[in-house]
Amino acid sequence: MLRFVAKRLALAVPTLWAVLTLVFVLVRIVPGDPTIVILGDQASPAARAALRERLGLDQPLWSQYWDFMVQILHGDLGRSLVTNRPIITDVGAVLPFTIELTVAALVIGVVIGVPLGVMAARRRDGFADWFARIFSLAGLSFPAFVSGILLLICFAVQLRWFPVISTANASDPMERLRALVLPAFNLGLIMVAYVTRVTRSGMLKALGEDYIRTARAKGLPQRIVVWRHALRNVLIPIVTVIGLYLGVLIGNAVVTEIVFNRPGLGKLIVTALNQRDYALLQGLMVVSAFAIVVANILTDLTYGLVDPRVKTA
Amino acid sequence: MSDVAAPAPVSLAAPSAWRRATRSGGLALGLVLVVVLILVAALAKWVAPYDPDAQDVMMVLEGPASAHWFGTDAFGRDVLSRVIWGARISLFVGFVATLAGVVFGTVVGVISGYYGGKIDKAITAATDVLLSFPQLIMGLMLVAVLGPSLRNLILAIAITAIPAFIRVARGSTLAMKERDFVDACRALGYGDLRIMFLHILPNIMDEVVVMASLWLATAIRTESTLAFIGLGVPPPTATWGGIVREGFDNLLDGWWLSVFPSLAILLVMIALNLIGDGLRDATDPRAPQ
Repeated sequence: MLRFVAKRLALAVPTLWAVLTLVFVLVRIVPGDPTIVILGDQASPAARAALRERLGLDQPLWSQYWDFMVQILHGDLGRSLVTNRPIITDVGAVLPFTIELTVAALVIGVVIGVPLGVMAARRRDGFADWFARIFSLAGLSFPAFVSGILLLICFAVQLRWFPVISTANASDPMERLRALVLPAFNLGLIMVAYVTRVTRSGMLKALGEDYIRTARAKGLPQRIVVWRHALRNVLIPIVTVIGLYLGVLIGNAVVTEIVFNRPGLGKLIVTALNQRDYALLQGLMVVSAFAIVVANILTDLTYGLVDPRVKTA
Repeated sequence: MSDVAAPAPVSLAAPSAWRRATRSGGLALGLVLVVVLILVAALAKWVAPYDPDAQDVMMVLEGPASAHWFGTDAFGRDVLSRVIWGARISLFVGFVATLAGVVFGTVVGVISGYYGGKIDKAITAATDVLLSFPQLIMGLMLVAVLGPSLRNLILAIAITAIPAFIRVARGSTLAMKERDFVDACRALGYGDLRIMFLHILPNIMDEVVVMASLWLATAIRTESTLAFIGLGVPPPTATWGGIVREGFDNLLDGWWLSVFPSLAILLVMIALNLIGDGLRDATDPRAPQ
């Protein structure tokens, strides 16, 4: 297992390097003079020159690139152009909220999606199947901000079950949990859709296999045949789809945080956009790049857990 | 010398595929919905009851009524008219960005798959890196860097679409170039360009089209999400995401402002997903029916 982990980590290095290079290029394709974009066209040439020096824009491109990479290797994301605080501090303060939200959505996706998919496959074209199909179509169709607003209007504004203004910062854990429910469901909806679909189609295939017929012929209870024998063989596609859509989840987490006014990377991104804080924006891109690479590694490691054949391959 | 007729796509025997696609009715329903929406958007000038930008200070934030079916916004503008005109932007951005992604991505993908070797390795590596970034965040960053405008929005969404089409076209080309009809084309002395784009391309189009229909939904969703965040076509132009944003800012005073454009977005998403699923089921014989 250790060798498998080491091999997987080594593979992540070139990906991370390439993604960081992409971030570097992206932030530098700003059309026009970035100092005018940041300071406005009324800024004096002296102020612009000072900013250029502070950003390292007076250096040649390769030197900027080198500094950028070295900085990141030291865990330094630079300082915000507006507040001058270290970006890593700002990110560290809100990252737990985003992780909390994403993990909660993942759990909801699996806890609802897997049973729904299994039930749909067991009673094909029955009520559960139709419900699962319509539910997953809706889940795939809702943009995160649309479902978020509809949930807010329904459960927070009309029924008043949940707070309209997020209380994610509250010290009372129950209040924090209450503030998490709607956003987590909103974000989980899309995961439920993906997981339901892949579980349903995987189970339909698995239930037709010979080993299932053998298990049934042995007289095993239906419950064990379905949940232990068939489902175990559908785990790989389920893990794959979760890993594949973790990126979608991270993107939607940003939107969900904005709708529910939760602290997190999403709100930080909007702040950076509104204040034209390109240093902060670049830092946030690096963080999301890291998140994706880590998510990919975790997905591969989970393969090893659910399917022993993967480790030896 | 007569041309070697390219065989029909193997994975798809035309009549049965059509029957498979339309059996559940989803594809047909989706197509009807999309055609209706396109007509409404195209005929906005005649269909919309009011000028979408006309303000009426006496009718600010009025709920749905017979004069204004979808109510009015904070400037007293008719929400129904704005939703109808907003359809133009959403559909236009969605179609143009997807088309650009399809054309560029497919051409690069076919070239990559056909030639193989170093070009292929470099293109595949670049594609993998681009795909590792969440599409929405990538689009958001691009628009943030380029600045919000109709052109930049299309450009940004198209760029995020390209890698997906490169991957699909490359994969299908790899399988197709081993087929006998490609050898036959070579034996006839056809050039690479002719083989790639007149013989291989038509045979991989079914997979590209399925991908495009699903991507159209993604493109429209991205456009409306960016508009919601404040990175869409700048106001006062009516866009669905923009109207939802205005409604979101007045959530306690006027639910109708965010609900109706939200339902419009949802309707397009459902229609496009129905089309995409129907097409995929039709072209993939292994897909569970």
